[in-house]
Amino acid sequence: MPSYRFASLRTVWLLCAFLLVGTGAARAGEAAPAVEDPALEARLVEVTAELRCLVCQNQTIADSHADLAVDLRNQVREMLRRGDSREQIIEYMTARYGDFVLYRPPLKESTALLWFGPAVLMLGGLVVLVVVLRRRAKLPDESFEADDDAPGQNPAADGPTS
Amino acid sequence: MKSLKFLIPLALFGVLALFLAAGLKLDPREVPSPLIGKPAPAFKLTRLDDPAALISRDDMLGKVWILNVWASWCVACREEHPLLVQFAKRKLVPIYGLNYKDVRADGTAWLARLGNPYDASLFDGDGRVGIDFGVYGVPETFVIDGKGVVRLKHIGPLTPEVIRDRIEPLIKSLNT
Repeated sequence: MPSYRFASLRTVWLLCAFLLVGTGAARAGEAAPAVEDPALEARLVEVTAELRCLVCQNQTIADSHADLAVDLRNQVREMLRRGDSREQIIEYMTARYGDFVLYRPPLKESTALLWFGPAVLMLGGLVVLVVVLRRRAKLPDESFEADDDAPGQNPAADGPTS
Repeated sequence: MKSLKFLIPLALFGVLALFLAAGLKLDPREVPSPLIGKPAPAFKLTRLDDPAALISRDDMLGKVWILNVWASWCVACREEHPLLVQFAKRKLVPIYGLNYKDVRADGTAWLARLGNPYDASLFDGDGRVGIDFGVYGVPETFVIDGKGVVRLKHIGPLTPEVIRDRIEPLIKSLNT
C-alpha cells in the first residue's frame, strides 16, 4: 500500500511542522528575562557557583532555592553592583560562614588532609600494588595453578599473574 | 609472625569501623562559626514590640548576654521555647531575641501565646543582621560577653544538656 504509506509520511511531516510552529509560538510567549543587566547576572552566577548553600549543603548558592540562598544572592548582587571584587565577596562570606561555604577551600593546616588525602591514598595503593606484583614475579611457576582453559599448556606462558 | 597475617584484614576492618562510628557522631549541619572569639557584628535594630525603639550592639556592652535567633514560622523554635522560658525565669543573664525574617504581628502574637522569655526581641525582617551573624538555620543561640565578643554559638534547638553543660558553665566563668 504505497499510497497509504505516503499519506502516513505526510502526516509525520505535518506533525513535525506543527511541532516546530508550536515551539516557536511557545518561545515567543515566554516572558522576557527579568534582569536589566545580563553581565551582572553572569558575574553573579560565576561568584555564587563557588559558594556552598548552608541550608542544602550539596547545592551552590547559585543553584539553591532555599530562602537563605536567595537572600545571599541578593546580597552578592548588591555587592557586585557596588563594584566589589570577587575576593571581597568571598571574604564577606567566609567572615560569616567560615571556609565551609567555599567549594574550593583554601590550603591550610586544617585542610591539608582534604587536599592531599586522596593523593596519599592513591600512592599507598600503588606502593602495595607494586610490592605484591614484584613478589609474585619472583615466585616459581609451580606456585601457580595450571590454566583450566588450556589443559597441558605451560602455565608460565600466561605470565606469572594468571 | 606469618601465622598472624590473616588478622590484617580484621585489623583494617576495625580501623574502618572506628572511623565510620566517629563519622556517625558528627553532624554535618553543625558548621563551626568563624565568629567565635571575634566581636559580634554591629547591628542597630528596632524592638519587635516597638518599631520606634532602637537597640544597637554597643548598648549591650558591659554585660554577658544571650542572643537567641527565632521566628514564628520556625517549628524547632517552638520546640525549644518552653526550655528558654524556664531558663529565663532563673534570670542568670539577659536574653535577647533576634526575630529573624518574621512579620512583626506574627512574632508578637507568637510571644503572647507561648510566653516571652526575652528581655527584648530585635526585629530583623529582611534577615540582614541574621546574615551578619552567620545564621543559616533557626533557632541559633549565641553567648556574647561583656566586651561584645561572641563566645559560643549553638545551632538548632537548645536542649537541657546544652544549657547545663555548655551555656551555664560558660556564663558562670564569664561572670566571675
